[in-house]
Amino acid sequence: MTAIALPYARRRHGAALGIGAAIIVAWAVVAAFWPQLVPYEPDLLDPASRFLPPGSAHWLGTDQFGRDTFSRLLAGSRPVLLVAPAATALAVVAGALVGLAAGTYGGVVDEIVMRVLDAVVVFPSIIATVLVVALAGRSVTVMVLVIAASFVPIVARSVRAATLVEREKSYVEAARLRGERSWGLTVREILPNVSSTVIVEATSRFGDAIFAAATLSFLGLGQPPGSPDWGASVSDNRLWLQLAPWTVLAPALAIASLVVGIALVADALRGRWEAGRS
Amino acid sequence: MSGLRVEELSVAYGGKVAVNGVSFTVAPGQTYGLVGESGCGKTTIGRAFGRQVARSGLITGGRIVVDDVDVLGLSPAALRRWRAEALAVVQQEASAALDPTMRIGTQLAQALRARGRDRAAARQEVPELLERVRLPDPAAIARRYPHQLSGGQQQRVVIAAALAARPRLLVLDEPTTGLDAAVEREILDLIGELRTELGAAVVLISHDLGLVGRLCDRVGVLYAGRLVEEGPAGKVLSDPAHPYPAALLASTPGLGRNRRTHPLTAIPGHPPAPGEQQDGCSFAPRCPLADDLCRSTVPTLSTAPDGSTAGLHLVRCHHPGQTAQAVSQPEPLPEPQSAASRSAESDRRPESAVSQPSPLPPDGGPLLEVRGLTRRYGKTVAVDGVDLVIRRGEVVGLVGESGSGKTTLARTVAGLGGRGPGTITLRGRPLHPSATRRAPEQRRAIQMVFQNPYSSLNPSHTIRTILTKAARSLGGPLDPAGLAHEAGLDAHVLDARPERLSGGQRQRAAIARAFAGVPDLVVCDEPVSALDVSVQAGVLRLLDDRQRASGTSYLFISHDLAVVGYLADRIAVMYRGQVVEQGPAEQVLHGPHHPYTAVLVGSHPPAPPGQGDGAGTGCRFAADCPSRVDGLCDTSVPPVRDLGQEHVVHCHLDPARLPHRAQGSTAP
Repeated sequence: MTAIALPYARRRHGAALGIGAAIIVAWAVVAAFWPQLVPYEPDLLDPASRFLPPGSAHWLGTDQFGRDTFSRLLAGSRPVLLVAPAATALAVVAGALVGLAAGTYGGVVDEIVMRVLDAVVVFPSIIATVLVVALAGRSVTVMVLVIAASFVPIVARSVRAATLVEREKSYVEAARLRGERSWGLTVREILPNVSSTVIVEATSRFGDAIFAAATLSFLGLGQPPGSPDWGASVSDNRLWLQLAPWTVLAPALAIASLVVGIALVADALRGRWEAGRS
Repeated sequence: MSGLRVEELSVAYGGKVAVNGVSFTVAPGQTYGLVGESGCGKTTIGRAFGRQVARSGLITGGRIVVDDVDVLGLSPAALRRWRAEALAVVQQEASAALDPTMRIGTQLAQALRARGRDRAAARQEVPELLERVRLPDPAAIARRYPHQLSGGQQQRVVIAAALAARPRLLVLDEPTTGLDAAVEREILDLIGELRTELGAAVVLISHDLGLVGRLCDRVGVLYAGRLVEEGPAGKVLSDPAHPYPAALLASTPGLGRNRRTHPLTAIPGHPPAPGEQQDGCSFAPRCPLADDLCRSTVPTLSTAPDGSTAGLHLVRCHHPGQTAQAVSQPEPLPEPQSAASRSAESDRRPESAVSQPSPLPPDGGPLLEVRGLTRRYGKTVAVDGVDLVIRRGEVVGLVGESGSGKTTLARTVAGLGGRGPGTITLRGRPLHPSATRRAPEQRRAIQMVFQNPYSSLNPSHTIRTILTKAARSLGGPLDPAGLAHEAGLDAHVLDARPERLSGGQRQRAAIARAFAGVPDLVVCDEPVSALDVSVQAGVLRLLDDRQRASGTSYLFISHDLAVVGYLADRIAVMYRGQVVEQGPAEQVLHGPHHPYTAVLVGSHPPAPPGQGDGAGTGCRFAADCPSRVDGLCDTSVPPVRDLGQEHVVHCHLDPARLPHRAQGSTAP
């Protein structure tokens, strides 16, 4: 049955993967080259043309200061695509190491590590962020660290679960019969077989990180107000939602498009992985 | 006509023919066996009886008639009613057929209600049903959940549910696979009694020729979706006219069959997959006597030329009767010429010529000594004070039912078990319980072949990487190609990952890995239990060849006595953590032997089950022993009876009164 089911599944995953990847790559190009792409300076004030609706001069209209929404939209991709990948990478590397260690050593180590992670998870992340920002000030580094810290337990748990499954298989016992010991055995024998879990986790967390970055900026805990960042833009312009809805809709839809693009890739990867396992 | 009549039944999966024009009849009260390797269409036929072929499958032709009801012509509503009233199917995994969240009684009542009984009648009938499948204390069983029953008891409950229907057709699909030898015998006896009681047509699907021979009146041998031979069970399974069943028999270890006297012959290759059919006889590529006629024309199913009077005997072969002798000779089969289809498969490699009968090994000194070994899991004592000696160049077989502690003992020897009292010494030097704490030289000396070839090779590594790593860390010669060749694997398999290999090839790779450091002892934990009969024969011969070529000792574990008896020089029988008997293989299997061994080899019927838990102070087997002496066996520890030639039995019975196997009862 799999012989018949698989090509269809492959094709479906293939299309989703292509569309998702295209969206991500497009935004990444924009984030890298927006100074060459924007029609106006994103921070250029033009009091004469405030709240202009979308038109030929300003494709997505202007905001309360007469700044071009389209230009700010393009410029706003950079902070998001800086913070989210950095936070994801940090969370995945740290989470995978913690998960592997907990799964490998088991016993007391496992017990302590998992209880600490539980404690991190139950602490409301917004309150934690407010505290950290109050103490350390607002910066990109703080944003990355805060987001990464909230993701580490999620990654660690699934990597630990995958490690525990692999650890019971007899190829691991065969390695022990050759004299391989815990950590070296984990890296050489188990890690390659949990790497698909790590990759699926990474894509899922990437989507969450985009959302988290936007949320922090919206709450004023990330990018400062006035920045073209999408979350900050939604926050700044929401007072004029009825007068100039485009100023809110444009960055909101941009966040949505990126999150959906990443979700498509994540789903496709997970689907392939599961098809490969069955 | 009553009974089952199958006419020209054909089933296809996605246009690929899986069952091709199969016809046979089964009279009420008769048992018909369907045998063949996996992938030959047995299970597909079994599912077609209830029109329950998998979603991608389609019954493309033929008729199935049960007591004058044309099953394939029924409307969906009538079919559902017919299934409820007249069909009973017992599948392989009993535990999967029972709902784990429901009490046994509730489940059986449900089955009865589906057959039209009202609530009160169903509840009353449950204990009767359980009694019919010989379960003691039906009321207590009915209150239990499936996980509180043993595998054998679960299978009985499934059979009880099948009987709720008063079926006209009973389909048993591998009903005892995965059960211990003694439990298997109980289930078979039960089925044997029930079939006369029921008067239903019974179809038994199994890969186990011995089981089919014991239970069936007639047998149909399936190959690539076609019946290749059909006739009385006694005739087909003792003197087949078609080379395929002949080859199956030659590849099946039976009790009393030892590698030194009767080497197995593996069937090269494997059955064609559905849709892979080429011209001519589908068995021709694996047949030792195939000629041009075989390769061009499909033979017809016609009367076998043996003038059998016991009943119709049909065979689909151009050379019926001639090839049977050729196949059962111990010589290795010639390399098949039409290697066309799958060169990646190397299960077909002929074994090297060392498989000639040869004398017993020279009497080597002790290599490994286990003294007073005890291992506990919580309160359960898995291994209880076991003494065992393995000599150089000797194969020691370890048998016992699941839970007897044989796997714990073997894993402890390998260094994968827990800690506990008792010592293991290798050439007089003590071994640490953990393999990683042993000296590198001791690790090299003891290696292991695992049960499941699908998890024992790292899926991320190529075979070359796996063998190279093993050779490097065990200090053997860095020659993965040589190791693979010795294990009968083609060189191109080296750069493949395990997922591309068949089960037999994987187990060969695992054996090659175990031999990478030129070990002194290889622990084999059920190495062939996950493999098909013909593949199993190939792997057993490989283990035999490697043992002779290298002089390595084996500690060989299996629940299958025939498999252990085939390889082992000496056998130790374990029961509930203790070794109850050990000695030369032939003497242990033939007797006089321990009453428990007698039950295992089938020369003794098992006692009615479940009268004690063996927790008394005496012999552990006392409660289940057919020849126990009350007041003695259950209270005092049995003495060690020395029967000579290092054959010892732990039993109160006088050696002269110990049971032994009746002459001539050699199972196939």
